[in-house]
Amino acid sequence: MSKIKVMLIDDELEFTSIFSERLILRNLDVVAVNKVEDAFTKLRVWLPDVILLDLKMPGMNGIEMLKILRKFDPTIEIIIITGHALGLDKEEALRMGAFDRLLKPMDINEVIKTIEQAYNKKNLEQRFLKTNKI
Amino acid sequence: MNTTENNSKKLTGLEYYRLFIKKMVILLVIFSLVPIFMINTVLRHYFLSSYSAKVMEHMTELIQKHKQNIDNFLQERLNNIRALASSYTIEQLTNEDFLLKHLGILQTEYDNAFVDIGVVDKSGKQIAYAGKYKLVSADYKDSTWFNQALKSKYYISDVFLGLRGQPHFIVAVKKQCNNKEYIIRATINFDTFNAMVEKIRIGATGFAFIVNKSGQLQTRNMYNLQTINGSSVLDFLNKIDLEKEEVHAVQHLQYRGKEFIFFIISLKGGQWRLVFQQEQGDAFSELYKARQMGIIILLLGSLGVILIYYLMSRKMIRFIEQSEQQREKMNEQLIESGKLASIGELAAGIAHEINNPVAIMVEEAGWIQDLLKEEDFKESENLQEFTRSLLQIKLQGMRCKDITFKLLSFARKTDPRAVKTQINDLIEEIVKLSKQRAKYSHVEIKTEFEEGLPEMMASPSELQQVFLNLFNNAIDAIGTANDEGLVTIVTKRSGDTVLISFSDNGQGIPKANIARIFDPFFTTKPIGKGTGIGLSICHGIIKKLGGDINVSSEVGIGTTFELSIPLFLESDGGIQTIKEFEERL
Repeated sequence: MSKIKVMLIDDELEFTSIFSERLILRNLDVVAVNKVEDAFTKLRVWLPDVILLDLKMPGMNGIEMLKILRKFDPTIEIIIITGHALGLDKEEALRMGAFDRLLKPMDINEVIKTIEQAYNKKNLEQRFLKTNKI
Repeated sequence: MNTTENNSKKLTGLEYYRLFIKKMVILLVIFSLVPIFMINTVLRHYFLSSYSAKVMEHMTELIQKHKQNIDNFLQERLNNIRALASSYTIEQLTNEDFLLKHLGILQTEYDNAFVDIGVVDKSGKQIAYAGKYKLVSADYKDSTWFNQALKSKYYISDVFLGLRGQPHFIVAVKKQCNNKEYIIRATINFDTFNAMVEKIRIGATGFAFIVNKSGQLQTRNMYNLQTINGSSVLDFLNKIDLEKEEVHAVQHLQYRGKEFIFFIISLKGGQWRLVFQQEQGDAFSELYKARQMGIIILLLGSLGVILIYYLMSRKMIRFIEQSEQQREKMNEQLIESGKLASIGELAAGIAHEINNPVAIMVEEAGWIQDLLKEEDFKESENLQEFTRSLLQIKLQGMRCKDITFKLLSFARKTDPRAVKTQINDLIEEIVKLSKQRAKYSHVEIKTEFEEGLPEMMASPSELQQVFLNLFNNAIDAIGTANDEGLVTIVTKRSGDTVLISFSDNGQGIPKANIARIFDPFFTTKPIGKGTGIGLSICHGIIKKLGGDINVSSEVGIGTTFELSIPLFLESDGGIQTIKEFEERL
């Protein structure tokens, strides 16, 4: 089984550097970016399975970003991470197409679990699409 | 300048209003009394002058009439004698029987006005006499009246004592016969004449008398006439120049310690003066009464005005005091809600910002934990201690998250959407939920719900939070204080509000704490047991619904929280209100 590809989008370098290391340690293929532009640059050459998206991003509202990412590639599952508890309701996030919403500080095991669930969902969907096409 | 400014600054609002009202009332009193006084003065002046002119006119007329009477009397008596003198010959007149007979006729005709009649020849000897005195052959040669009578055709004498030693006066007519001159004289009854003058009485002190040219009284001195300014009143009166037939009035004459008014008019062709004297106060008694009345009315009116303004100002001050108190109360409430709002904002701000750094801390700890799993550290003797410590960091980080969540629920409720809510059902639910807890605490729950309470627009989750808070507080308050704990929940409708009360028989709240119980973070519970925001959340929610929350408590007896929440009628812009709620969030 290939590694799950995860893109971590968060403006805080201190957070992304450590968090991505920890995810890598847990056998994930992780790319961390701290800017919106960097995210899109990277997305042109590398498509992740799951994106961990921080709501508070300089230059772009996290919700806007979510919408754009959903349009860009609806197969990528997006997990919202935020320290801003009231920035987005969980229900609201799901309604807008996110796979889940996690609140910082997060438990690493819970994050891994959520990422795996998202990945499984994506795989199931794609398999379903393929069979239907055939 | 500075000191006055400082002084005015020192005045509190109420004192300022008091001073202001005092000044205003004084101004009002002045401005309403000044015209009253002016009108009164002007009217009084006109009234007094016109009324006194009227009185004077009336008196003058009266005096003139009396003068006319007296003059007529004298003239008529003179005419009687003139008629007698010219009708009969001197021979007839010197006949005593004839004289007696005519005296009798005159006396009966003129009411005893004549005392006697006599005929005196040129040498002054009375040659005939009829009357009660024995005056035949009396000699009048040296009498004043006789000499005067000789000089003119007829003559009326002054009053004198004469031979008979009694006051009397004489009318005399000169008659020429056979180139001889005789004087027909008649004595006028002094009493009759005197009675005529004495009859002139006006008021209590008004009377009349007659003075001759040399200042001698021609009527009886009945009224104890005294001196004016050192000289006799009669002299004083005589010095006054008189127009021929005019009444002369002297007012405000100080005399015998009182003010007098005198009316003087000439009598008997200027030889006598008829004087009418009256106390000024008596003559103008009606006028003075009216003046007094005016003053009394004026004083009463002024008093009334002052009293009304005084009462008005007191009422105004009381009104302002009340509104001031209300304002203060509202200010307190405003401060309270402002405090809550700012605390809410602060809490939200902290909650938003703090989770990001906490997340980094937790991740760093996690990273160390990850690294510790590697081979190099496996043998480290403190590995266990490291792991415990890191776990603790992680746990405390998660606790921070929980705390921020609680804080945030203070700033914004989980579900603030207002829907039709039945208060009774909501409380019933809470009671069911808390039954277990109540049982463990040996607390009995009693509910008294008013049936058929209308549904109201409110957020059930918010109200639930309020009720749960109050309910938990009640159970906490009972705690160990009472073995037979009882929580009573009552709902009641009162007009357009729903009244809800939570009563417990717990330990009660000390007075010192009551004022602070709605303050955020104020708690008497042990550390870790309470955050101190429960009641302030309740306060915030109830205030947001436009309601009120009050507490009454007695130490050792119990505490009652009373909520009043207005019912929003569905049709009556309920939606609007909800929108307002959402905007406020």
